[in-house]
Formats: sequence, C-alpha cells, structure tokens
Amino acid sequence: MATTHTHSAARLMMAPSVILLFAWMAVPLGMTIYFSFLRYNLLMPGMEEYTGFLNYQYFLTDPAFFAALTNTLLLVGGVLSITIIGGIAFALLLDQPIFGQGIVRILVIAPFFVMPTVSALVWKNMFMNPVNGLFAWISRSFGFAPLDFLASIPLLSIIIIVAWQWLPFATLIMLTALQSLDEEQKDAAEMDGAGAVSRFLYIVLPHMARAITVVILIETIFLLSVFAEILVTTNGGPGTASTNLTYLVYAQALLQFDIGGASAGGIVAVILANIVAIFLVRLIGKNLEA
Amino acid sequence: MGSITLRNVSKVFGEAKVIPSIDLDIEDGEFVVFVGPSGCGKSTLLRLIAGLEDVSGGEIVIDGKPATDAPPARRGLAMVFQSYALYPHMSVRSNIAFPLKMAGMDKAEIDRKVADAAKVLNLTDYLERKPRQLSGGQRQRVAIGRAIVRQPKAFLFDEPLSNLDAALRVNMRLEISELHQQLQTTMIYVTHDQVEAMTMADKIVVLNKGRIEQVGSPLDLYRKPANLFVAGFIGSPKMNLIEGAYAEAKGAKTVGIRPEHMVLSHDSGSWTGTVTIAEHLGSDTFMHIEVDGIGTVTARANGDFACRHGDRVYITPDENRLYRFDEKGLAL
Repeated sequence: MATTHTHSAARLMMAPSVILLFAWMAVPLGMTIYFSFLRYNLLMPGMEEYTGFLNYQYFLTDPAFFAALTNTLLLVGGVLSITIIGGIAFALLLDQPIFGQGIVRILVIAPFFVMPTVSALVWKNMFMNPVNGLFAWISRSFGFAPLDFLASIPLLSIIIIVAWQWLPFATLIMLTALQSLDEEQKDAAEMDGAGAVSRFLYIVLPHMARAITVVILIETIFLLSVFAEILVTTNGGPGTASTNLTYLVYAQALLQFDIGGASAGGIVAVILANIVAIFLVRLIGKNLEA
Repeated sequence: MGSITLRNVSKVFGEAKVIPSIDLDIEDGEFVVFVGPSGCGKSTLLRLIAGLEDVSGGEIVIDGKPATDAPPARRGLAMVFQSYALYPHMSVRSNIAFPLKMAGMDKAEIDRKVADAAKVLNLTDYLERKPRQLSGGQRQRVAIGRAIVRQPKAFLFDEPLSNLDAALRVNMRLEISELHQQLQTTMIYVTHDQVEAMTMADKIVVLNKGRIEQVGSPLDLYRKPANLFVAGFIGSPKMNLIEGAYAEAKGAKTVGIRPEHMVLSHDSGSWTGTVTIAEHLGSDTFMHIEVDGIGTVTARANGDFACRHGDRVYITPDENRLYRFDEKGLAL
C-alpha cells in the first residue's frame, strides 16, 4: 500500500510543473491555431472575423512560400553536409597527437560560443563586405573584382556563416566518437591488411554512425529555425532569395502586420518540421537503437 | 615456414626501458608461450613481433626474411586480441572475410574459405549474426576464425582466454591446442597464467621485467628452474623457498622444495609443525603449515589425509628433489 501512496503523492507533487509545462506549450499553440482562422491585421484593429481556411489558402499559394520552402531545405541540407564532412575531417585531425593539443581544441570549439547575431555581423562586415571585407581584399590583391557575397550569392553566404557556427559542435561530437573507438580494433584491422583508407571506411566510419545520426538530428532541429543570421545580413533578400520559412512568418507578422496569415504560416511550418522529423527518425533513427 | 628470430630486440617508451634486449629463436610449428607477471613486457614483445609497435633496436627475422621495418600486414602473421577486437557492425561472416577482402581475393574464393573456417570452428550456424549476439566463447572462435582464414605463417595470441569464465577457459585451452595439432602452424601465446603455459606449450619463455629468465619445455622449467624467479613462478601452488640455518646446512642461500615433494604423516618425520589452513580440494589437500624452526610451508597431501586447523603433523621433504640457489638467486 505504501508504494501506491507514494505514487499518488509523487503525482500530486509533480502536477504543478507538468500542468505548467503543458500549458506553456498548449496555450501558444492553441492561440496560433485560433489566430490562423481569423482575419486579423494589426492595421485594422477590432475588425477580426472568422475566415475559415482563407489564411492557409493565401499562405500556401504565395510564390514566396515555395521559395522559402526550397531555401529552408537548401539551408538545412547545405549546412548539414558541410558540418558533417568538415566535422569528421577536423575530428580526424584533432585526434592526432600534436603539440598544444588542448589549446587547438579550445580554439576549434570557440565559434560555438559566439552568439548568432554577432557572428553573422562579423562575417557580414569583416569578411564578406565588398569594400572593406577580407575576401574583397584577397580578390583585389589577385586582381579580381571583389564579389558582393550577400547580394549575389545570399543563400550560399548564409549557409557558410551558419556552417561555421555549427562546425565546432559536429567536430566535438565526432571527436568523442573517434576517441571511444577500441584501439585493438584498429590494430586488428591493421593486422588484417587494411590500409589507412580502408580502416577509415570499414572500421572508423561505421563506428561513428551513431554520432553522425545525433549530429544530423540535433542540427536539423536548430537549422529549421535559423533566423538571426538572415535578419542581420540580408533581411531575406534580395527578393526572397534568402528567405526561409521562419523568416517568411516573421515578415508576414511584423512587416505586413498580418497576424492571421503569419499564424497560418507558423502552423504550416510546424507540420513541415514534423514531416522532416518523421523522415529523419525513420531513415536514421535505427542507428540509435541498442 | 614460420620460424621467427629476434636479435637484440629492445623497446623504449620515453624514459622507460620496457625491453632492454632480447634474443629468441622460435622454430617452425612450435607452440611458444610467453609467460610472466603483469608488466613484464610480454604483450609488448608480442606487439613488436606483430609490427604494431616499432622496435627501438635490434632486428626481427620472420621466415628467413628480415621483417624489422615491414608493416604488420606484410609480415604474414595473424593475431587474436584479448578483447577479441571483432568489428561490431559486421556479421560474423564479414568479420571472418575481412582480411581476405582486404587482400583483394575474389568473392567465390572468400565464401569457400569462410565456410571452411566456420566448419572447423563450429560457427556455421552463426555466420549471419552480429558479434554482440554471441557468447564469449563464440566470439573467441570468430576471432580465431578471422586469424586462420589468412593462412598466416604464425598465430599470435594476446591473453585470449582472460575474458572467459573458468569452465570455458579449460575448453578453449583444449580447442586451441587441438587447432595447433591440426594446423601445425607456429603459435605464440601470451599469458600470465602459468597453468595455461604448462598445459599448452612446446616451449615456455619466462619473462620478468623485460628480460628472458629461462626458455625451455614445460617439464624442463618445472624440473630444472634456472633461478629463483622461475622456481617461484612455475608450479602451483608455489615452491616453498626456505632460507636460514636449514639452507646453510645444505650449502645454499636458499633452498626450494615443491609442496608435492613432501611426505606428511601423523606419527613421524623430519619436521614438525602446526596446520594453520587446510584447503580440501577432494583429490588433494593443500596445507599451510607453521613448521618449527623453518617458517610457513605449503604442502600437498592426498585428499584422504585427515587434518584440521591446529593439528600437529610431521613432514619429510624429499631430499632428492631439493632445489638449491646461491646468493644471486641462480640454481646450484
């Protein structure tokens, strides 16, 4: 009987936090769904009325939506491939015994601690600026015309900035995976006649599969909602060339003051994120078992 | 085919001289066991032969050809590791096939060899399983399978039985010995367990602090230990080493007498003592006896010999089987 009492007592004690957490999630979600069915524009206060699925219809047929959807997927895919390939490469290098290993490792981790707004501004003004930027100076000193990164290749520029931020995370996870590989397995593969490349392909890479899965899952969650880097560099432009879904929803709500349309966009983004999540878990989630 | 010769081989890790200098000849087809306490350099020596560590000096000759600078794969040796080092993401079949695949052999040939190895090692039913689905003994056999498909010049075993339970260890010991009979290939086996060494070896190499203390057949080492270390290491329970007046009377610094070379009696004998502990194994009884004027002595008696803690017993050491050692610990 004692255990039953303890159980119900425990439930009672936990109830406030569970209710709070649930409300924290349910209330905003419920309000967003509610707003998405209203014609609700901040320029016309007090005129809210029920419009059915009209907001969704407008949002999903907007050409900007498809541009934003493509950009979101390109951004996530581009950053993932750079960080995973780069992360494995850096991890392999950092695993080598070198002088000053500790300092080098801290330096490599450092970009992760720089907040997104700051790093995007540093990239924008110190590297990619066509007049004062480092890249402009390099191309000028070779006699080429400097490239205006954010105007001519806006999405790629943002991919580079975001990848720079996430590379340390990928490197860190890959490095720990690499260091947990049993030395005897490497020795055995060497005895079995596997060269450095074969050892990497057949022994090291399969061992890192789980770490790669973790990196993909965690990064995807965060990369679907990249916002600060776009806001401080390109403002989603030129046109919609660097607008992703998050930024589109922001533009709808706070630049066009259309709360109803933005709410519909938010719900669409939630549904799309869940589709991506289901795909990912189906595709690679089995690596996390056992 | 698989003779291995070491000449002045040494190994230094930073400041630590793990192996000062070793000379050793291993004949083709021999089963050689490196035995010694932990930290004596026996595993390092095996890794030097395998090529997983570079020698600091001296040379290694395998099969008549210098192999000192050859990479591990070129030496034609196969190794079974203490942790088995199976590749966890590959099936048993892929594990065994891995060295052949690396050698670029064609698929039909690989399948045939893997099937042969699996048959020899009773693994045919487990070929599609992953290593984590196997028991310790089966993993051990997969590791051996991976070694034999390469048809190496010699097998290197690095404490392969230390992760198995006692019953399985006895079994695997027999299986490895049988495998050696079948293949007639040189095997080098590292262990700290002198029972494994005694039961399996053609030739035992006793190592201590990176030096070879003695090389010989198991019975040679048992009957004629060259020094105190070997005398104390080979044989179970350990040889009794007696110093003082009794040793001086025999003209030695230390006198050794094995527990099995003493006769115990309830009525008469040359020494008398009090039993402190009696370990009854059924077939034998090992007794720790506090002998007057000598010290604590271990003695073996027949399992029928009745005695208990605190009993007074008489002991007669077999005078023909005394070992005498001088001040430096060398046999006289």
